[in-house]
Amino acid sequence: MRTTRVFTAVAAAGLLALAGCGDGGSATGGSGPGGIKPPKIDKLASLGAGEGQVNVVAWAGYVENGSTDPKVDWVTGFEKETGCKVNVKVAGTSDEMVTLMKTGDYDVVSASGDASLRLIYGGEVAPVNTDLVPNYKDVFDGLKLKQWNSVDKVAYGIPHGRGANVLMYRTDKVTPAPTSWSAVFDANSPYKGTVTAYDSPIYIADAALYLMKHQPELGIKNPYALDDKQFAAAVGLLKKQNELIGEYWSDYTKEVQAFKSGNSVVGTAWQVIVNLAKADGAPVEAVLPEEGATGWSDTWMVSAKAKHPNCGYLWMNHIIDPTANAAVAEWFGEAPANKLACDKTADKNHCATFHAADEAYFDKVWFWSTPVAQCLDGRTDVTCKDYAAWTQAWTTIKG
Amino acid sequence: MTALSTVDRPTGDDTISRGPVRRLSSWLHRHSGIRLAGLLSAPLLWLLVAYLGSLALLLVSAFWTVNSFTGDLVRQPTLANFRTILTEEVYRTVALRSLGIAAAVTVIDVLIALPMAFFMAKVASPRSRRFLIIAILTPLWASYLVKAYAWRVMLANGGPVDWLFGGPGNGPGYGLPAIVLVLSYLWLPYMILPIYAGLERLPDSLLEASADLGGRAGRTFRSVVLPMIVPSVIAGTIFTFSLSLGDYITVQIVGGKTQLIGNLVYANIGAANNLPFSAALATIPVLIMVVYLVAVRRSGALEEL
Repeated sequence: MRTTRVFTAVAAAGLLALAGCGDGGSATGGSGPGGIKPPKIDKLASLGAGEGQVNVVAWAGYVENGSTDPKVDWVTGFEKETGCKVNVKVAGTSDEMVTLMKTGDYDVVSASGDASLRLIYGGEVAPVNTDLVPNYKDVFDGLKLKQWNSVDKVAYGIPHGRGANVLMYRTDKVTPAPTSWSAVFDANSPYKGTVTAYDSPIYIADAALYLMKHQPELGIKNPYALDDKQFAAAVGLLKKQNELIGEYWSDYTKEVQAFKSGNSVVGTAWQVIVNLAKADGAPVEAVLPEEGATGWSDTWMVSAKAKHPNCGYLWMNHIIDPTANAAVAEWFGEAPANKLACDKTADKNHCATFHAADEAYFDKVWFWSTPVAQCLDGRTDVTCKDYAAWTQAWTTIKG
Repeated sequence: MTALSTVDRPTGDDTISRGPVRRLSSWLHRHSGIRLAGLLSAPLLWLLVAYLGSLALLLVSAFWTVNSFTGDLVRQPTLANFRTILTEEVYRTVALRSLGIAAAVTVIDVLIALPMAFFMAKVASPRSRRFLIIAILTPLWASYLVKAYAWRVMLANGGPVDWLFGGPGNGPGYGLPAIVLVLSYLWLPYMILPIYAGLERLPDSLLEASADLGGRAGRTFRSVVLPMIVPSVIAGTIFTFSLSLGDYITVQIVGGKTQLIGNLVYANIGAANNLPFSAALATIPVLIMVVYLVAVRRSGALEEL
């Protein structure tokens, strides 16, 4: 086979930097929770002078310097104060963030839970010395040293904010008001054809969460740690749900419009979408169903290869400063990480609306994590389905 | 491209001293092959490296895989991607669905474009002909996204299309019919223009001759017009077919829960960071188009493009 020889030559030429990873998922890097430790990287010992700039990878809306809306600006003041010019690169997905951080050109990243672990175990980010971040002490305890931002009690990031995927419904079309995810998963749902769901493989966790409560015999302990049988059950549930679905959404403006016109009447949503839809005049409400929900909790992480670590630390301290954290939480529509931010929001009800201090609310929330082969719930006798398997299954579910 | 600097061949009969430029030019004059090579090497290089090169890279990377945890490329040849595509039923379903949509859009566009183009080329006065051409070209100036989102609003529950069908919820809503409708609308100009060009070349005298011989409109169309514009129609179908086959944005906007090959490619790059699998999926439309182009090659349609 000539092609084979070409490939071998290419591999031998040194382009193959990865060792020990065959095809078919026989080896997935050999790292992950429940087993091998992340690469040893030292955290910054002490804070020096700023380097003059900092390169940031962030979600849209997290780093605003007034160019989107002149009133929305928590960057200019930081630049003046510290002398660190902020260069932002907006990423659209967690996977894009991981790819960008691999280049080594960026200093800090606002990683969601489905990216953070990959960054930690890939050796892309360094542990964070929280002593160098004075505002860290005011962060809600419910966000510190969690599975998605720490390993073995070592912090790898500074919490930014969090939110839950709630169940949104049209008050005029959905009666009685739903209290359970059954509204979107029950095969006999009266809302067939107008149900909506989040268009991402991570949505499989929502089905797993539902099964956790409704089919306890499956023994699901963590919706992100599914063995073959549990995974098949979740996928089966979603395939049945597919018959109820009107459309899947990943673009939030699309969902707002679908709920306004009535193309969708019930389905998963973010708090910010609920607010936007209400502002648009759609008769919608949202509820955290009795089963709990999945959610997202973002973390600022510093690159292991950061060229501007001091400015990076200054930025991480700034973004959870009460004023800045309040501004970003209001702009994006999420619960701030800093307790003191609740006093600084323009809308005094913001923290109540987004349940910022409501640990009981967030106890019911399973934050997005990357599914890996080594089960996140600590089981060692089985292999769990990894994110690649989730992605392929998602295609099958949509059919 | 290196041909120019190869040999400075001794030119025995030249005793008069000339400038090096003149010498080069006369030397090139005598070696027409090298002259041609020098002229074409730059565009050919572009074609080879940027165009065929990227296609080749696509093919090669289809045989790679991705480390599922760290997301790194694993550059070891394997057929795993193709095995998945061939064994998982969902990919066959999606490929067939894409093919069906592309075929439906093409048929609908041919049916609309034929009378439209005939009217423009043979019936309309020169003045209104110009107006019609402008009317057909104008939508091409508007952004694709704007047009697709406009259709999303029109097809929404209780939107204009619903009212045409007699009330909210009676219209097609979002889904397969909506995709076919919107794609047919979007690619219609690409079908009208080649057919119009083909009809314009058709001499009016042929139509008159057919009429003189007693041929009615239908007979003239079947026996005179159609055989002569088949290549133009096929040229148009190449546009509508390939554009529909690769589309994924319209599908996301008005497709409801439908997914086509384009969406799978997009999802595997955007959401899953699995470039090799996307590459493997992308070979499906490439294959379909190659088969289609080979099939229509004999009709002379490729000269009409």
